[in-house]
Parts: sequence; C-alpha cells; structure tokens
Amino acid sequence: MSRSVIKTWGLGKEYQVGERGPGYETLRDTLSNYFKPGSSHVKINQEKIWAVKDVAFEVQQGEIIGIIGKNGAGKSTLLKMLSRITEPTEGKAEIHGRVGSLLEVGSGFHLELTGRENIFLNGAILGMSKKEIAGKFDAIVDFAEVSRFIDTPVKFYSSGMYMRLGFAVAAFMETEILLIDEVLAVGDAAFQKKCLGRIGNIAQGGRTIFFVSHNMSAVKNLCHRVLLFEQGKMLLDTNADEAVARYLDQHITQGAVADEAQCAKNVIGKAQGFSESLRYLEIALLNKGGKSVDHFFSDEPIDVAVTYQCLHPVSDLWITVQIVDEDNQPILISNNVDEKKEFEFYKREAGIYKSLCRVEPDLLGEKQFYVSVHLSSSTTERIVLNKILKFLVQFKGYNNIHDDFTKNAYLRPHFKWETQRLQK
Amino acid sequence: MMTLIQPSRGWRHIDFREIWAYRELLYFFTWRDLKIRYKQTVIGVLWAVLQPFLTMVVFSVFFGQFVKVPSEGVPYPVFVYLGLLLWTLFSQSLTRASESVVSHSNLVKKVYFPRLIIPVAASLSALVDFFISFVILLIMMLFYKIVPGPSVVYFPFLVMLCFLCSIGIGFWLAAINVLYRDVRYAVPFLIQLGMYITPVIYPVSVVPKEYAWIIYLNPMTGIIEGFRASLLGYKAMPVAGIGISFLVTVIFLLSGLFYFRKVERIFADVI
Repeated sequence: MSRSVIKTWGLGKEYQVGERGPGYETLRDTLSNYFKPGSSHVKINQEKIWAVKDVAFEVQQGEIIGIIGKNGAGKSTLLKMLSRITEPTEGKAEIHGRVGSLLEVGSGFHLELTGRENIFLNGAILGMSKKEIAGKFDAIVDFAEVSRFIDTPVKFYSSGMYMRLGFAVAAFMETEILLIDEVLAVGDAAFQKKCLGRIGNIAQGGRTIFFVSHNMSAVKNLCHRVLLFEQGKMLLDTNADEAVARYLDQHITQGAVADEAQCAKNVIGKAQGFSESLRYLEIALLNKGGKSVDHFFSDEPIDVAVTYQCLHPVSDLWITVQIVDEDNQPILISNNVDEKKEFEFYKREAGIYKSLCRVEPDLLGEKQFYVSVHLSSSTTERIVLNKILKFLVQFKGYNNIHDDFTKNAYLRPHFKWETQRLQK
Repeated sequence: MMTLIQPSRGWRHIDFREIWAYRELLYFFTWRDLKIRYKQTVIGVLWAVLQPFLTMVVFSVFFGQFVKVPSEGVPYPVFVYLGLLLWTLFSQSLTRASESVVSHSNLVKKVYFPRLIIPVAASLSALVDFFISFVILLIMMLFYKIVPGPSVVYFPFLVMLCFLCSIGIGFWLAAINVLYRDVRYAVPFLIQLGMYITPVIYPVSVVPKEYAWIIYLNPMTGIIEGFRASLLGYKAMPVAGIGISFLVTVIFLLSGLFYFRKVERIFADVI
C-alpha cells in the first residue's frame, strides 16, 4: 500500500543577487551601510530572485521522481530545501522518513585519509551509524572496486576511483528517501551504468528517490514520473516521455548559432598572402521550420546554414560541411562541388551569401555531434571553423527501445530489410 | 518520523536529540581533525606538547629568571606552564571553532547535519591536545615535588569551564565568520592581546587590589587562578573569581548557542 512520503505546499526560495552577490561581506560594509544617513537597513542595489517559487507536489512511497530543467531552473535548490541544507523562504514541506542526499560525490572526503577511513567518515556525515557502515563496508568496497587501495590515502586515488568510492558510500545509505543530484554526470560510461543500475536496485526496494539529471535517457529509464522546471517554476508534473520531450523542445538555444564574432574568434587560417576575400558571418543549424535548434530527432532533416561574405569576386568557392565527433574526426563530409553543376554555380560576385547543406533524415544515430565548416577557393587560402556548433540527435524509430543496442552508433540509417522464410 | 520544512523566524531551539543522534559524527570529526593535524609530520602528536613546553622554557628564562616576575612561591616554570596550558586550550579551541564552519563550506553546502557539530568537534580536538600536554605538567610537578591539596577536586570542573567558555565564544565567532570574514584577522590579534590581560605569565596579586575585579571580569582569570590553586594547592581557591568566570561562561555559551542557531539557517546561502 502506498502512502504519501513527501508533500509540499507553495515551496519557494528567494536569493539576493546584485551588488553584494552571494559572497560574504565584511563587517565594515555592514557598519558603513548601517550608519549611512537615510539608508538605515535598506540595502541598495539588491535584486532578489526566486530560485524556486510555488512548488507543490505529493510523492508516494516507492516513486522515482525525475527532476529536469535547464541550469538555474531551480532543481538543485529544491533538493537543498528538501534535504534541509537551506531553508525555504515561504511555503512548507512535510517529509515522512529519513532523507539521504547525494548532492555531490565524495564531498565529505579528506584527501589525507585512507579509503577505509573516508568510508567511515563520509558515512557518518551522511548520517549512518558506525555499526551500519561496518556492516556494509565490504559491499561498499566491492562496489567501488577499490579493495586493493582501501588503506591508501585517497589523495593517491585516480579521479575515477575517488568518485566510485564517493558514490558507493552514499549508494548504501539506508534512508527511506534518497535525493540524487547530477552525480552521474561524472565518471566513465561503465561507472555511470553501474550507478544507474544501483539506483534501479534501490528503487525496487520500495524507497523513494528524487533524481535530478541532464541525462535524458537515464531519466527515461529510471523515472516513471518527471517534474520539469523552468526558471524556478514547476512547469510539468507528468510521465517521463512527455516531460523529456517538452524539455528537449525547450532546448532551443543560442548554442545552435555561431555569430560573426564567434566565427572570427574560432577561425583557423586567415587568407594570408591573398587579400582577405572571404569572411564567415554566421553558422546555424536549422530544423524543418527554419528555426535554429541544437537538438534534432533522427527523422527530421538538419540544415547547416553557412552565411558568408565575399569581399571580392571569387571564381570557384568550395564549401565543405563536416559532421564530426568530439575529437573532430569526420563522420560525414559534404561539399558543394560534389554536385556536378555548371561552373557558374561556384562563382561568387562580391556580396553576402547563405548556403544550405541539408543532412537527410534517418541517417544519424543517437549521439552528440559537432559541425565543422571549410571555405576555400583556388585564389584564397582555406579558412576553417572546427567544431563550431554542437547538436544532439535523438533516435525516433518505430520502436521505442532505449538500450545500449540502439545507441552509441554514429549512423542509424534506414536501410531496407528483407526476410525470407527458408524452411518450414 | 516526520520532518517539517518551513521558514523559521527569530530564535530557534537547540535540538539536543538530533545532536545526540549525530554523536558519532562528532567523534569522527574530532578524530579526523587530530589525525590530519599530525599526519605527514615527523614528531606527530608531540607538536601538541612542544608549543606550550617551549614557550614555558623561554618564559621561564626571560620572565622568571631575568625579569623576576613573582610567582607566589611556586617554581616559575610550573607556574607559567600551568597558565600556558589553559591559555593554549582556550585560544586553540576558540581559534579552531571560529574557523571551523567556513573551512567546511563544501559540506555545509552539500550535506545536512546539525551544524553545531562542526565547532564542537573543532574545539574537542583542542581539548585532546590539552590532555596530551597535561602529561608534561604532571612530570614537572613530580620533578618539583609538588603535591596537590584537597582542592584538586576542582580540577575537572575548571577544565570544563575553560572549554565551555572558549566554545561559547567559538560559537559566536564561527557564525560571524560565515557572514564577515573579518573574524579571521581579528582572532589571532585578540588572542595575543588576551594573553596579556590574563594572568598567564604573572599572578593576579601583582595587580593593585582595587583593580583586581576588572581583571576578574575576564573569565580566564578566575579559571587560571583557580587552576593554580587547585593543582598546586598553595593558596585558597579564588571562589568569587571562579564564580564570575562561571557566570560569564554561561552567558557566552547560551548566547553563542542561540546566535549560532539563528544564523545557521543562512549558512548554506552565504558561505
């Protein structure tokens, strides 16, 4: 039987920003403000912003709630309030049960202490008793895969080992409610998978989990219910698919456009020796509707729009668009001269031009990609923009299988399939 | 167990039950402070002894031998070491407590636990240091063949008083330090000044009678004078002085606790 474990009413948190900033002040500032004629207690230039406002929800025992939203949407502030690290400015929340929070991996570690010592120390910080930690000690060490180094100071650990141990201690907390923030953003793929698996296990034990993440496939895998935040407000409280789709829609950002200044900053190979005759003005990724976005579904075309200026007439302009991986290794290349056309097609009078290169749908896999662009001609040097834009592709096939078999490939084209029955 | 989260106003009560539930954390923090302090040092925990001991040697030569500061008939090294011992406890406990919350900013922002644990653990590590360097005092008393009288029963009470007084001020400073980092510059200076207005290297008897009460307003005066009377047994317990120390300590401790609790709720936001 499920029962309500967390209930909030109009929860809100206001922060002061502005002149003073979030940092500390010196006594002198306060004193001089205090004695300033006419300004007693009134602080000037102090803007206030609501990091979280009017958040109300109810969570049943055993639910796994995903919390998503852009940076600064208020996700972390919400968790901080629920874990009592910071107080709300208004509203209230009722929590039934012990709350364990994993807002940062290994935050209680001390570099000089050994792995063993840190397990006990960190466990105590997270509210576990010595007995409890001792009982789970082997499991923690096992999970973190650090048994050989357990009596070595953690300052000698690799960052991977450090994070594994940090996660492991927290992962064995026996609290009824667990708040997890972004911790999976670190560590290698194998470790992230292991952590997700562990969280899944915990969830099956009937415990309630809040999971803040930017990893949409993790959110989809783990959470049945997702809260979408935007600028401190809870926009949606719905199932994972709907919330993630809304989140990705929201993700239309300036990141999908590189303007003239950005291009100028990143360009390699100024047309030296020749008079500078080519200049990038804008690189943009456009969706079907011509909107610049940095997230595409695999079934829609991606237009790479290159806007440039020819300061002098160019007899033969070559434009190369590359879709590259993180290491700038080309995954595909397209060139305007690939299409055999009249010579006129490559000729440019002085002026501003926009060339579109369409990456056909049903080609790219569920990955993060980058765009590199080259401009050149027989009379100018090649000018290159490496990894000038970044975009994400989400697979949208007929099935909705989200496992490792359908991911991790750069290409996911629609090929023809034929099946024949060979034998009865 | 139900937790209610809502904005608090004004003064907040001190949740001793919760602190009790986290007592192991208190132990671990203290243990870690001690462990870290002497890790990667050659003489390790001897540092706790060395500081008051060497100061005692220097003071004995200059103040005891050359300046001939009166020590009420007690061998000056014992006299001054006793004062230094308590002063070191007081100043170390206070300094460590005042820095403690700021130096745990990482934890304060990321994990919830009763914040009072932090300064208490920092002060406790100074108390451990005190007991280590106390051994030297015992050796010195053996050497000078000093036998404490019946008033030795005051000893634990006085150490406790000294500790509570320092931690009371420590609560204030730890909380203020989060808001105003001026504290970190003021504390070393105030501690240095404090030693001169406290009868560490001289007895209260050198102060003119009519002003002695001013000296006794300093809680450490009664504690150190009482400590000498208690352990060395050469004079009557300064009961009135200890009474003042007790009162002042209670005021510092309670006000410090409540001030800390009041400011605590914004620690994570401003640290």
